[in-house]
Amino acid sequence: MYEFNYRKAASLDEAKDLFSKGEDAKYMSGGMTLLPTLKQRLARPSDVIDLAAVPDMSGIAVTGDTVSIKARTPHAVVAANAEVKKAIPALAKLAGGIGDPMVRNRGTIGGSLANNDPAADYPAAIVGLGATIHTDRRTIAGDDFFQGLFETALEEDELIIQVDFPIPDKAGYMKFPNPASRYCIVGVMVSSKGGNVRVGVTGAGACAFRVKEMEDALKANFAAEAVEKISIPDGDLNSDIHASAEYRAHLVTVMAKRAVAEANG
Amino acid sequence: MTVSFSMTVNGKPVKGECEDRTLLVQYLREHMGLTGTHVGCDTTQCGCCTVHIDGIPMKSCTMLAVSADGCEVTTIEGLAKDGQLHPMQDAFRENHGLQCGFCTPGMVMSAIGIVDRHRGEKLDEKTVRHELEGNICRCTGYHNIVKAVLAASEVMNKA
Ligand SMILES: Cc1cc2nc3c(=O)[nH]c(=O)nc-3n(C[C@H](O)[C@H](O)[C@H](O)COP(=O)(O)OP(=O)(O)OC[C@H]3O[C@@H](n4cnc5c(N)ncnc54)[C@H](O)[C@@H]3O)c2cc1C
Ligand code: FES
Ligand code: FES
Repeated sequence: MYEFNYRKAASLDEAKDLFSKGEDAKYMSGGMTLLPTLKQRLARPSDVIDLAAVPDMSGIAVTGDTVSIKARTPHAVVAANAEVKKAIPALAKLAGGIGDPMVRNRGTIGGSLANNDPAADYPAAIVGLGATIHTDRRTIAGDDFFQGLFETALEEDELIIQVDFPIPDKAGYMKFPNPASRYCIVGVMVSSKGGNVRVGVTGAGACAFRVKEMEDALKANFAAEAVEKISIPDGDLNSDIHASAEYRAHLVTVMAKRAVAEANG
Repeated sequence: MTVSFSMTVNGKPVKGECEDRTLLVQYLREHMGLTGTHVGCDTTQCGCCTVHIDGIPMKSCTMLAVSADGCEVTTIEGLAKDGQLHPMQDAFRENHGLQCGFCTPGMVMSAIGIVDRHRGEKLDEKTVRHELEGNICRCTGYHNIVKAVLAASEVMNKA
C-alpha cells in the first residue's frame, strides 16, 4: 500500500471539506473494495476519508410501500433485518449472498453502488426493483445511476446517503456466482408491481441493465415459461476467463427463469 | 504520517500509534506480537486473518488499525479463559479439525460467529458450509472442520 493521510470525518460537511482539500482524496465506507485496491497498489489516493463516524448514515426503515436503507448499512444487517425479509425477501437474499460473512459484516450498500463493479449484486436490485438513490445534493433514479464500467452518475465529491426501494408485489433474485470470489457471473432481479415488470441484470454487461423484451413478455404472463425462449444478444456482453459472452447471454435467460419461479414462490 | 488511537485487545486497553496505512493485522502481529492471527492472501479471500471487532467477525487484513479506534478486538489468543480452551477450540481439537493449522485461527473466529448468528437454533451442515465460505483451508480438511463447528454449537448453545 502506498502512503496516504487518514482522515476521519465527523459530519457530511467535514467529509466534503476534507475531500476538496485533498489532492486526490477517496471516501471510505466499509473499505472492502477500497482497501483491497490499495493493497494491490491499483490506486494512490492522497487522503482516505473515513465515513464511519459521520452520524445517521446507517440504518433501515420500512414505511408504507418503501424500504429505505442508509448508505453505510452493512450487507449483513440488510440480510438479517426482519422487516426487509418480510417486505422484499429477494433483497434480503441478495444481500445475504454477497461475498462471505466477513465481507458482509463490513461492506456497505453505498460503497457497492458508488463502486459499480460490473459483477456486484446490488446494481441488479437497483434497476430490477426501480430504486431511487438519494445523495447529499439530489435524487437520482436507479435507471439513470449506472453509466458504464465502474462509472456512475455521481459527481466526484458526491455522497450517497440513502437508497429507497419500492416494495414490489413480488420479486425474485437469482445469481450464478463465480465459485472463487462469489461475485456474480450473472445475477437477475425480477419484480412485478401493479402490472409493471422489471428485469434487472448484473454481471453480464459493463454495468447493470434491464431487458425490455423479457419485461413485456412477463407483463403478459408472469411465469417462468414466458422468458424461457427469450435470449439476449451477446455482442456487448463481458467475456473473460470465467465465462464467454455467449455463456453469459445464456445464463441471463436461465437466471431470469429461475428468478421468476422464485418470485412466484 | 502517523495516527494514534485506543482500543481494547483481548480485554486489555491498548494505546496505539502507527502509520496511517498500517492494517489491523499488521498492528496485531508486528506491533503487539499477537502472531496467532495469520495472513494467507492479499486479496481478502482466505479468512485466515479473521478477528472479532465488537464481537463481530471481520478480516483484519482489510481494515486499517486506526479504524479499530474505540473498538473491542478479540484475537485467537483471547479466547481461552483461565487455562480453559474456548468450546470452539476444544471441538477443533476433539474432531481433528486442523491439519497444518494455518487457517485454524481464522476458522475458529469465523465459526464462533456462525454459532452466534444462530443462537438457540440447531445448526445444520449446509448452513455451516455456506457460512464458512470466507475461510479457505489449503489442506482442504473441511469435513472435520464442519464436524467441529457442529459439535461446538451444541456445547455453546447449552452454556
Ligand atoms: C472477498 C470479497 C468478495 C466479494 N464478493 C462480492 C459479491 O459477491 N457481490 C458483491 O456485490 N460485492 C462483493 N464484494 C464487494 C463488497 O460488497 C464491498 O463491500 C462493496 O463493493 C463496497 O462497499 P464498501 O462499503 O466496502 O465500500 P468501500 O470499499 O469503502 O468504497 C468503495 C468505493 O465507493 C466509494 N464510496 C463509499 N461509500 C460512499 C458513499 N456513501 N458515497 C459515495 N461514494 C462512496 C469509495 O470512495 C470507494 O471508491 C466482495 C468483496 C470482497 C473483498
Ligand atoms: S489474509 Fe485476510 S482474507 Fe486472506
Ligand atoms: S489446516 Fe492447513 S490450511 Fe487449513
